[in-house]
Amino acid sequence: MNASETVISVREVSKSFKEVKAVQSVSLDIQRGEYVALLGPNGAGKTTLVEMIEGIQQPDAGTISILGKNWKEHSEELHQNIGLSLQETRFIDKLSVMETMRLFASFYGLDQQRIDAVLELVRLTEKKKAYMVNLSGGQRQRIALGIALLNNPKVLLLDEPTTGLDPNARREIWDILFHLKQKYQTTMILTTHYMEEADYLCDRIVIMDSGQMLGRGTKEELLAQYKSGEVIEFAFSKDIVPTQLSGLGQEIEWEEEYRKGKLVVKDIVTDLPVFLARVEQEGWILSSLECRKMTLDDLFVSMTGRSLSE
Amino acid sequence: MMQHQFIQLVSVQFKEFFREPGILFWAMAFPILMAWGLGLAFTEKGALVKKVAVVSEVGKDNQQLQQFLSDAIPKPESEASIKTFDQGDLGQLTFEFHYLTMEEAIVGMKRGKMALILVEQPNELEYQFDPLNPEAQLTYLQLTDVLDGKTTASQGAVIKPMTQTGTRYIDFLIPGLMAMGIMMSSMWGVSYTMIDKRSKKLLRRMVATPMGKTYFLLSHLVSRIAISAVEATLLLVFSWLTFDIAIEGSFLGVILIFLSGNLAFTGLAILISTRTDVTQVGNGLINAVVMPMMIMSGIFFSYHNFPDWVIAVIQFFPLTVMADGFRSIFTEGAGLEQTVIPVVALTAFGLLCFGLGRRFFKWY
Repeated sequence: MNASETVISVREVSKSFKEVKAVQSVSLDIQRGEYVALLGPNGAGKTTLVEMIEGIQQPDAGTISILGKNWKEHSEELHQNIGLSLQETRFIDKLSVMETMRLFASFYGLDQQRIDAVLELVRLTEKKKAYMVNLSGGQRQRIALGIALLNNPKVLLLDEPTTGLDPNARREIWDILFHLKQKYQTTMILTTHYMEEADYLCDRIVIMDSGQMLGRGTKEELLAQYKSGEVIEFAFSKDIVPTQLSGLGQEIEWEEEYRKGKLVVKDIVTDLPVFLARVEQEGWILSSLECRKMTLDDLFVSMTGRSLSE
Repeated sequence: MMQHQFIQLVSVQFKEFFREPGILFWAMAFPILMAWGLGLAFTEKGALVKKVAVVSEVGKDNQQLQQFLSDAIPKPESEASIKTFDQGDLGQLTFEFHYLTMEEAIVGMKRGKMALILVEQPNELEYQFDPLNPEAQLTYLQLTDVLDGKTTASQGAVIKPMTQTGTRYIDFLIPGLMAMGIMMSSMWGVSYTMIDKRSKKLLRRMVATPMGKTYFLLSHLVSRIAISAVEATLLLVFSWLTFDIAIEGSFLGVILIFLSGNLAFTGLAILISTRTDVTQVGNGLINAVVMPMMIMSGIFFSYHNFPDWVIAVIQFFPLTVMADGFRSIFTEGAGLEQTVIPVVALTAFGLLCFGLGRRFFKWY
């Protein structure tokens, strides 16, 4: 197997809805066995991009090829080799987990053995007789994932597989996906607005906003490429004049309304004492103080002025 | 190896259907209740009471009427009296005379309580009613007859009551109800599940697999035929037991019209639900198609009272074709050869709708 075989190739793809340019001239290559996250807030164009790769939407311009095939000529073949989960699919309420799996398995001509194996994989064997309507949010996402995995797909496309789930349920999905990567060398694109998810699961992260790619790489690469440093976040119990903060960091943010600020500094060890000395000198009273490494969210905020979770 | 996807699709439809008790009631029990209610209302004809408002003013007594009313039995606790005539084969004819002021009488007319108003004049009787209302017209004729002393059939006329199977109202009603049941079951059942699956984004999930799109659409037809067959059988058995309904013509013809009718309405349902993913829009569309046919296709009452040009249109409605087809077999004893035209028409219509629906169906 060629380790650097390109499985998904997106070339200069654009898509508009009326006035809105949902995706603007995006190109992306994904290698076999690679997990890639599309990270961005709602409305960034992640879903539109993924749905074009899934063949659900047609691009206005540009080309997409998966496993060397395109949707126009090889849709049957691509359907056989792709597994996907859409944002918020609801299945038939009064159908059990097993019956739902059987229905989808029949589309691929799979046998009961495969269904049992997948149910085991997504840890729903015990729930196989439960009606879909009675499943929890995490269980529903897991069966959606299970259906995506039925045909043992070479390419997995997951649109926000963990949105709205509590941390435990999210963790369970991560474990399943992690296991898959190790065992089957599946290629995956996942959209998310959780940076931890992108960071934990994926080899590469693509940051999207307003239909464009703002950056790509591993978390470390992204942070190193665009910004270095560490963060001091603080809040005061009284108003201050923000100009008094000048000279303390490479980047200074001050939110008047919440009396909250953020400094991006080179090194906390040397810069924190300077900050604290200024606090003492001005007689400010700190109501909170937090020091941490730069995150993707910080990066995103500095790129767009908005947070990922917005 | 798993069952074929088509079998899976059909069996999923059944499960969806039979696991919703509400759907079961409306699909199975409701048509039977309706047949029962309407059947009773029109077959167990009790003594029909005609209510007449009598408006008198002091000093304007009418001799004939006063004499006529002199032996009327006062109705307890009301300003009314009753007179009953035995009309032999026509059954009993009962009048209820209510003594009212003109204002009260008009209110009574507006509310549909009074069939006509009788105003006393010294030398004549004045009848006030809507001449376009057949019920009022009949009351007028019957009342003038009995006032003239005619209580039985005209001279030289013999009345032979037609009560044998095939000529009663219920015989007219049941084939129509069966046709309507098929229409309702297909239109609501198929359209609703399609639109629901689209709005849940389940359709787009399903077509992202190698599922056969035609299989998907056909599975609705097959499951509908089976469900409608149960419904129609229940209705037939019920009306056979209760009203002694019989199928005089070709039973195979009934089956063929049943199948082609199902195809016609499943096709129409698919065509209606090709685009929308909003159930309310779907409801509106279904009503727009179903309501005119329910009213005009002669399910409850014959459409032959409509103007000729309207009848010419009505006869092309699929529900009319199906209901008339059933009726001709049930009551007129039509054979297989007489069902060819309706069967071909319904099948062609169904295939056309199905094809158009398949072509323009919005999966995403």
